[in-house]
Amino acid sequence: MITTDYIITAPQGMHARPATNLVKLGKNFQSVISLKKGEKTVRINSLLNILSLAIKGGETISVMVDGEDEAEAATAIGLFFTEQLKDQ
Amino acid sequence: MKGIGVSPGISIGKAFVIRKDKAFVTGVLLKNDLEIAAEIERFNLAVDLATAEIESIRANRELMLTEEDLAILETQVEFISDPQLKEDVIEKISSDKKNANDALIEVTASLVELFQHMDDEYMRARAADIQDIGSRILKHLNGSGKSGAQQFEPDTIIIAEDIAPSDTITMDTRYITGFATQMGSKTSHAAIIARSKGIPAIVGCRDGLQGIKDGDVIVLDGISGLIHINPGQQVIDEYRVKRDEFIKQFEKLKALKDIPCITTDGAAIMLTANISCADDLDSVFDNGGEGVGLLRTEMLFMNRDTFPSEEEQFEFYKKVALNSKGKPVIVRTIDIGGDKQLTYFGLPVEQNPFLGYRAIRICLDRTDIFITQLKAILRASVFGDLKIMFPMISNVEEVRAAKNILAQAKEELQNEHIPFNADIKVGIMIEIPSAAITADILAKEVDFFSIGTNDLCQYTLAVDRMNEKITHLYDPFNPGVLRLISNVIEQGQKHNIHVGMCGEMAGDTMAALLLLGMGLKEFSMSAGTIPAIKNIIIGHSLSSAQEVCGKVMEMDSSTTIITYLQSLTA
Repeated sequence: MITTDYIITAPQGMHARPATNLVKLGKNFQSVISLKKGEKTVRINSLLNILSLAIKGGETISVMVDGEDEAEAATAIGLFFTEQLKDQ
Repeated sequence: MKGIGVSPGISIGKAFVIRKDKAFVTGVLLKNDLEIAAEIERFNLAVDLATAEIESIRANRELMLTEEDLAILETQVEFISDPQLKEDVIEKISSDKKNANDALIEVTASLVELFQHMDDEYMRARAADIQDIGSRILKHLNGSGKSGAQQFEPDTIIIAEDIAPSDTITMDTRYITGFATQMGSKTSHAAIIARSKGIPAIVGCRDGLQGIKDGDVIVLDGISGLIHINPGQQVIDEYRVKRDEFIKQFEKLKALKDIPCITTDGAAIMLTANISCADDLDSVFDNGGEGVGLLRTEMLFMNRDTFPSEEEQFEFYKKVALNSKGKPVIVRTIDIGGDKQLTYFGLPVEQNPFLGYRAIRICLDRTDIFITQLKAILRASVFGDLKIMFPMISNVEEVRAAKNILAQAKEELQNEHIPFNADIKVGIMIEIPSAAITADILAKEVDFFSIGTNDLCQYTLAVDRMNEKITHLYDPFNPGVLRLISNVIEQGQKHNIHVGMCGEMAGDTMAALLLLGMGLKEFSMSAGTIPAIKNIIIGHSLSSAQEVCGKVMEMDSSTTIITYLQSLTA
């Protein structure tokens, strides 16, 4: 399992549109991908669950990737949080 | 079948039934595993159908969807097919033995609740999306693929439980000849919209509308409140005659258009209209209106995703100013909150929204929103005779604070070298009892008052005007309400400021003489009612109206008052 922390640099945080894209991104991989904010952990296959974390700009989240293709998945998710999220 | 006639006229047409997917919990428990499996299957099918529905909208090239639209639909698909939603519903079906309908309603409700209580404005607004998704799946679960469509055949009569502010914005009303709703009262949104568009309407029909199907022939009498469902030819013919008579009478009143509104003893009274946008001005002048006593600005803010920019608002006010033929136009600043919510401005659900965070209270808190609107109105003030009016004023501090922000808006425009009318008139709505009682104090701060009788009545009598069980208590002829109105007019006269009225009462033929006698100078109403009020005012003298007023103010109950006033107009 690969665990990485990210600071959300997008000022608006995780709104419905980027969350939708994250769900879609996750579907490309076999690995189980989860987000953790505070005490709460959710899988990224559910838009409702991602939104229920109410991730805001400036907050820190942990991403956990576990499965056969975890290396690739973690890279793609990393790119999402460090680069793509800001533009959405 | 009888309801409350709220917009006069007779319409004969075909029913179009709008059923909101009302979330009814059946309470039925499943008996065995076979039934459980069948309910899970049914739910999965409904999700698939709902997804397919969105996908087909997305694929429809004729709709010319923008990238933004497509993204929204994509999010909807993800919501509908959400594994967590599915898991929760299936859990309720298999463990709690609930049927799919109940399970979905309960899961949706708890998700809505969860989002409504988030501390983030954006997330709170998502509660509406989740409700929408739940309703969409529910619709397919119950096998009714039809939703509130926006386009209608000619001569359509809309049959609905209720019509929300957001519904009417998306409805093409050109072919609608009548409205009948289960809920509501004279002041509910459906009634106000119908009157302003001159469409006959009946509200508060309760279960009387249950049996109506699409295409049923409906005869609707907006005066008596009677509805005939699939009546015989004889009844239809009878009503055709009545309809023609009504139209003839209506045309006769319209002929009063160019006659000035002056009492027989020479007192000039201003008759103006309540409007929502520049397009409404045509009907104001067609009916002989002399300006606008209330420009509602909510339409600018509703049915969109973000607050309108200063530029966008400026264009809206400018269009009104340019089309108002130099006549005065009172622009009411934002009156959201209460029953008027904005999806993008996620206000938390309140226990008492009418007593809550709304109108000027939001504006004085969120001065950024307020100042944007004030600057836009000021900029438009060079194109016509615009005046500014603040709603929901309860004390003098609010008036002073609002005026300070107006001064700040002026200063900003000055620094930007943008022209505006520096002497723009400023007034307030008198709709809270404390404001009516302290009219003498408030009169020193403003150029005019406008009495909003709908809210004044509801606040004075402690009657929720949305609650149809207590409609009978909502009574503007209650002596308590009349004394407040009379005080406001008297104090206005004493302090030499203009007093108008923009509530429903101003367009009530029964109240016209009484209000005239109290000394009201301006009556602002739905454009369609102007001729009827004018007909009364030009047929009487101010002194006779003062006599009427004197008598009414001596009477002890609204029953006596109403009986007396009715005897005058009969």
